[in-house]
Amino acid sequence: MKFSDFINVASIKADMQADDKPAVIRELVESLAAAGAISQDQVQGIVSAIMKREELGSTGIGRGVAVPHTKHASVERLVGTVGVSGIGVDFNSLDGDKVHLFFLLVSPPDRPGDHLRALENISRQLRDDTFCRFLKQARSPHDIQHLLDEADNNQFVS
Amino acid sequence: MAFPLDIIATRSVTVVNPQGFHARPAHLFMKLAESFPCRIEILKGNETINGKSILDLLTLGAGNGTTLTLRASGEGAEAAVEALARLIEAGFNEMPPTEGPA
Repeated sequence: MKFSDFINVASIKADMQADDKPAVIRELVESLAAAGAISQDQVQGIVSAIMKREELGSTGIGRGVAVPHTKHASVERLVGTVGVSGIGVDFNSLDGDKVHLFFLLVSPPDRPGDHLRALENISRQLRDDTFCRFLKQARSPHDIQHLLDEADNNQFVS
Repeated sequence: MAFPLDIIATRSVTVVNPQGFHARPAHLFMKLAESFPCRIEILKGNETINGKSILDLLTLGAGNGTTLTLRASGEGAEAAVEALARLIEAGFNEMPPTEGPA
């Protein structure tokens, strides 16, 4: 699975201003709704579901990366977005570091395989130090989209 | 490489929970793996990943029914493989019907 298969490019956020976990999640979910990737009237439910998932254990997986996510019956296909924070956000991540890169995913309850393949793609690409560093330095949605495209074209991971 | 003299334990396990090896199972696996001093790896096909790295664990993309090989080397290798295999075989404690809808 490639980023272009699940990342809604119109909702990508660079230079996020949110400075705590709930605000980051809300900003990204609202961005998905503004781009039409999820319904406006599902925003609150999706934000709550993602926060509930975070209570089971932070999705801050280290290296300044978090993958907040939930299953939600309102989506028919896996949809996700990317947010980059220059200041970094305390996300109770597993290594204690602040999080700069967010990959937020909403998937249909009956498609666990798609969710796994998205996680696989994200983690595989982020293992590459260059991709990780460039993404953290990206200052516009266009830069982020360009890096995702390069990753999709195997510019970082063979 | 000091490994040839170390104790090496391996075991083949199948992912049984419906959701597969997603983020929460990866976290549980990593925490348990870190409680052992030995080196822990997972083999899937021709890939070998570090069982103590959550990023590596997520690259497995191991869905329900996937067969994985656990390999531990060094002190506590056998106990580690046993405990980690049990975690996977128990479906990371998220087997139906205890798992509700999203």
